[in-house]
Amino acid sequence: MGEKGRARYGLREGWRAYRLIAGMWIRSTMAYRLSFAMTLVSGLLVTGLDFVAILLMFSRVDALGGYSLPEVAFLYGLSATSFGIADLVIGSAGRLGSRVRDGTLDTLLVRPAPVLAQVAADRFALRRVSRITQGALVLAYALAATDVDWTVAKVLLVPVTLVSGAVIFGAVLVAGAAFQFVAQDAAEVQSAFTYGGQTLLQYPPTVFGKELVRAVTFVFPLAFVNWVPAAYVLDRPYPLDLPEWTAYAPPLVAVACCALAGLAWRAGLRSYRSTGS
Amino acid sequence: MDAFIELDGVEKVFDVRRRTGFLRRERRQVRAVDGLSFTVARGEIVGYIGPNGAGKSTTIKMLTGILTPSGGRLRVAGIDPARERTRLAHRIGVVFGQRTTLWWDLPLIDSYRLAHRMYRIPDARYRENLDRLVELLDLESLLEVPVRQLSLGQRMRGDIAAALLHDPEVLYLDEPTIGLDVVSKARVREFLGELNTERGTTVLLTTHDLQDIERLCSRVMVIDHGRMMYDGPLAGLHEAGESERTLVVDLERELPPIDVGPAARVVRVEGPRQWLAFPASESAAPLVARIAAEHPLVDLSVREPDIEAVIGRMYADRETVVPGARNS
Repeated sequence: MGEKGRARYGLREGWRAYRLIAGMWIRSTMAYRLSFAMTLVSGLLVTGLDFVAILLMFSRVDALGGYSLPEVAFLYGLSATSFGIADLVIGSAGRLGSRVRDGTLDTLLVRPAPVLAQVAADRFALRRVSRITQGALVLAYALAATDVDWTVAKVLLVPVTLVSGAVIFGAVLVAGAAFQFVAQDAAEVQSAFTYGGQTLLQYPPTVFGKELVRAVTFVFPLAFVNWVPAAYVLDRPYPLDLPEWTAYAPPLVAVACCALAGLAWRAGLRSYRSTGS
Repeated sequence: MDAFIELDGVEKVFDVRRRTGFLRRERRQVRAVDGLSFTVARGEIVGYIGPNGAGKSTTIKMLTGILTPSGGRLRVAGIDPARERTRLAHRIGVVFGQRTTLWWDLPLIDSYRLAHRMYRIPDARYRENLDRLVELLDLESLLEVPVRQLSLGQRMRGDIAAALLHDPEVLYLDEPTIGLDVVSKARVREFLGELNTERGTTVLLTTHDLQDIERLCSRVMVIDHGRMMYDGPLAGLHEAGESERTLVVDLERELPPIDVGPAARVVRVEGPRQWLAFPASESAAPLVARIAAEHPLVDLSVREPDIEAVIGRMYADRETVVPGARNS
């Protein structure tokens, strides 16, 4: 098998193992439907409070960094939904460090399936759809309330951005997990980047300092989750005066992030298999 | 000989970093496995023993593809484990005594159902294997119980079943009887013996329990500091380690130490009870007969040498040339 054939085989087997394991956890969750429903509702309420905070802010001001409430809701909806999707699909990988520490990673390495698929699907938490639902509701409100001159390009850009954003967050989660091969206690650091980044993106780039925006665009490209494409959709000035084509860059950024995260994961796993710790 | 597991000069070197001061770190190389060579034929049951940190687990991890060797050649069923880990996984079963391969929060049966799909076990084969394992390991009443609620012995049986559903050609067991009660131990041993005779499954067993080896293994390998110290039958190990069994006798009253000449020597006296050490390779019968004939005997028992003592003696006397040992 060539390198390419091997990679394709790995992807197929990984996806298969992922579905099997996630399916097992979903069935187990569904054994207690009522309890699951209650978890969903309470999850929806708790994540809803998050947006209420922004509503409260707007009861005092009319605009935040030049963005109106529906516009901030647009940013919020894109960020929360794409992060929610990434967290649902691959969030469990964040527990890799504890698996390395207690040695249970070894038990995954003796199964005939890629390790990343196994850690990502472990304890698949369907309750995380509550965050996706909440984000989607806010996004729906934003789409209905904003005063946008919709063109075909703008309409298409919304779902493309959503998917790309989820992939970018997913890559960050994988890279964070890979880092835990070397530093097993790095779960907190990872949360700072993922949850922190997600919260950051809920506000317009105009309220932050230039340095921070620069870092979030070029070093740690979260700006492509919503800021840049939203600037195009909402006809706003681009952060850092980026050229207009960058609004279409999210899929490219997502692919690049995936490639980097994949390399990081492979390096991490290789180092684990040569040191055993 | 059909060599199923082959190791030739296998090495594993770890870089250990240690903090020695505020910012100073010391780097040290540790050879966990140092030029290890052996072969295991299809259908053998081999005991793999050695003190803690001798390199047993590291060897098992290299044989399963978890760890990549630093040097040497290693093949299991013709496969290089480190390079083709997932392909090998279909042909091996692994039981770690200290941690489970079962899904912790889910009912036991879920782990088996998942293995059915993940290992692509044909339906008929899966059902047949599951029925057989459930019966032999007495798992029927445990199938719906979440793994975290199982006792250690129950969990171990559950783990062994999970490792065997896909008909592996070799089974690695890392301390399978650690922490088990006597009944559970006996049951696990009996099962492993049957598995080997009936299915011809090759078994490699690491253990601290000499009885595991005595009941199951025709061959034992002893490793220390990553090197092979002994490779041969168990009886030879006793000789190589010059090990001794202990005869504990309770006399009617306190008496001076029993003198039976060179056959045994008294190592301890406590009131009417005396401890006599004699070579493990000798039968206890003539000794018992002689003591019974010459002394007022109330009760007696024979204690087997404990594996650590045997091995300890062996290490203390490294110059001895032992059969099969590849390092001196």
